[in-house]
Amino acid sequence: MVVDLAPDEIATRASVHCTNVTKTFGTGRTAVHALRGVNLEVRMGELMMLVGPSGSGKTTLISILAGVLARDGGDCTVLDHDYSKMSSDETTGFRGRNIGFVFQAWNLIPTLTAVENVAVPLIILGTRRHTAIRQASEMLRKVGLDDRMMQSVPLDLSGGQQQRVAIARSLVHNPRLIVCDEPTSALDSETGRKVMELMRQLAVGNDRALIVVTHDARIFDFADRIARMDDGVITRVLDSPQEMQTQS
Amino acid sequence: MNFIALKMLLGDRAKYVGIVIGLTFASFLVTWPSAIFTGVMSRTFSFVTDVGLPDIWVVDPQVQYIEDVKPLRDTEVLRVRGTEGVEWAVGLYKGTLRARMDDGTFQSCVVVGLDDATLIGGPPKMVAGQLADLRQADSIIVDEAGARGKLARRLPDGRRIPLKLGDTLELNDHRCVVVGICRITQTFQNIPVIYTTYSHATTIAPQERKLLSFIIAKAKPGADLHEVCARIRTNIRLSAYTPGEFKKLTFWYFLKYTGMPFNFLTVVSLGFIVGVAISGMTFYNFTLDNLRYFGTLKAMGTTNRKLLRMISLQAAAVGAVGYGVGIGAASAWGGVLSGRTQIAFKLPWQLLVISAVAVLVICVGAAALSIRKVMKLEPAMVFRS
Repeated sequence: MVVDLAPDEIATRASVHCTNVTKTFGTGRTAVHALRGVNLEVRMGELMMLVGPSGSGKTTLISILAGVLARDGGDCTVLDHDYSKMSSDETTGFRGRNIGFVFQAWNLIPTLTAVENVAVPLIILGTRRHTAIRQASEMLRKVGLDDRMMQSVPLDLSGGQQQRVAIARSLVHNPRLIVCDEPTSALDSETGRKVMELMRQLAVGNDRALIVVTHDARIFDFADRIARMDDGVITRVLDSPQEMQTQS
Repeated sequence: MNFIALKMLLGDRAKYVGIVIGLTFASFLVTWPSAIFTGVMSRTFSFVTDVGLPDIWVVDPQVQYIEDVKPLRDTEVLRVRGTEGVEWAVGLYKGTLRARMDDGTFQSCVVVGLDDATLIGGPPKMVAGQLADLRQADSIIVDEAGARGKLARRLPDGRRIPLKLGDTLELNDHRCVVVGICRITQTFQNIPVIYTTYSHATTIAPQERKLLSFIIAKAKPGADLHEVCARIRTNIRLSAYTPGEFKKLTFWYFLKYTGMPFNFLTVVSLGFIVGVAISGMTFYNFTLDNLRYFGTLKAMGTTNRKLLRMISLQAAAVGAVGYGVGIGAASAWGGVLSGRTQIAFKLPWQLLVISAVAVLVICVGAAALSIRKVMKLEPAMVFRS
């Protein structure tokens, strides 16, 4: 069952609360222990960055938080919901209403125009196409795309523009948790910073939280807190980007 | 979601065209040989179809199909007439004779001898002249295709001049005068058909002790056709069939004793396999290419049920277009050739249904493979680069 939160509850509650989360891929000698007991809390209104070397379990962790992968053990609630107690359809519905995604490769459907791509989450939720397109256009204007770009297919847009479309798509249905996987890895430094500024401006608010998985040290200063992962566990949570720079 | 499904499909122009072409081929290759087969098979009993008036055919018990003529004694006509429930009965001659052409070559022709008094059993449609003109001495009526084709006069420069009223033809050393041109259903052998009276036909035909090929009869109004046939079989010891039964006998003979069904079935199967190979695999590849986007949709909250509907819609869309184009091409090509050649092309609604089922099976198979893949898709794959 999905419960909507009252606005006054939002700021005081954790968006994500995980304790001792484990995940293993494969069995026997070939088993890979991707998460070995992760403890993490993400608060409403904050931008949390997950950093760490390749294979440290960052992507596995956000997959579990986004409800696209089941954990093996531990407890985890996302927006007060425990995926392990929900059916597959309920989890899918919950994702559709509450989670926004920004993927490393953007994953924009190449045969849809920018505005149609942004309208997809609304159409999934049952919004009429005409209304969805109108709302998608408004969101694209907010991220700085003009009318001509809206009607372009992703291939005709630059990397930065495609990422803006992906951000618009992740926000258009007003989700409470946004997960981003390496959002700036395919962008140059300047465009990466612009994209993060946009995310910070549009995606972070009292009623929503943002989790960004990244390797990109250039964007650490956009984070409220940074969790460092190593070998399937969170080794450290730093309260400021400056602390991260010092650690580095 | 339908709009997204269709845009995904139509946006990938190369694959969409590939799938549609595959299904068009499948539809065409299933429909075309089937239509030819149906046309050829219907020609095997075209003579029964054209002789529309009688509802009982009486033949020798050894007869296996319409061309398998085993002559009867002329007196059998009287015995059939005397059978209870028979309104009338007349004899019919059917034989293959040779016509001598102007250039000295010979052409085999089917000669049909009609009852002199009633002319029952005549051609279904006269193009020129009248059936009653057969009562003139030495007269014959020639079928239109034969008059224009195999019996046409050949000029020294190679041109052909169709037979017309008043022309003469030499049949088995007998001079015959063309008094009419008729239109008939083409025969299986596709050789010219000549109508004349029974007495004239038996004069032309090589002399044998018995020359009567069939007795055609009409049951009295209200009489049970099958009972009358049974009575003829019992009393006269000849086989008696309704037109439907006689057609079926002929049809099954050709089906059983010729390799035609297997040949046509092979071609139809190849068409089906081409459809599966091209369309099925292309559609599956299309789904594989879009797996990342299906995964994205799944991650963003699209249920398996909705994804199933999307893929089914995509399969239905290409199926409908491919089927339509294939059937349209087969019909158009059949229409063009039928107008210009003697091709046996018949496309009844049953064949349209069979072709639709074949395309449906291909689409369902291709969609099932794709759906299985998408249903099993882990949405977490969207985070893999």
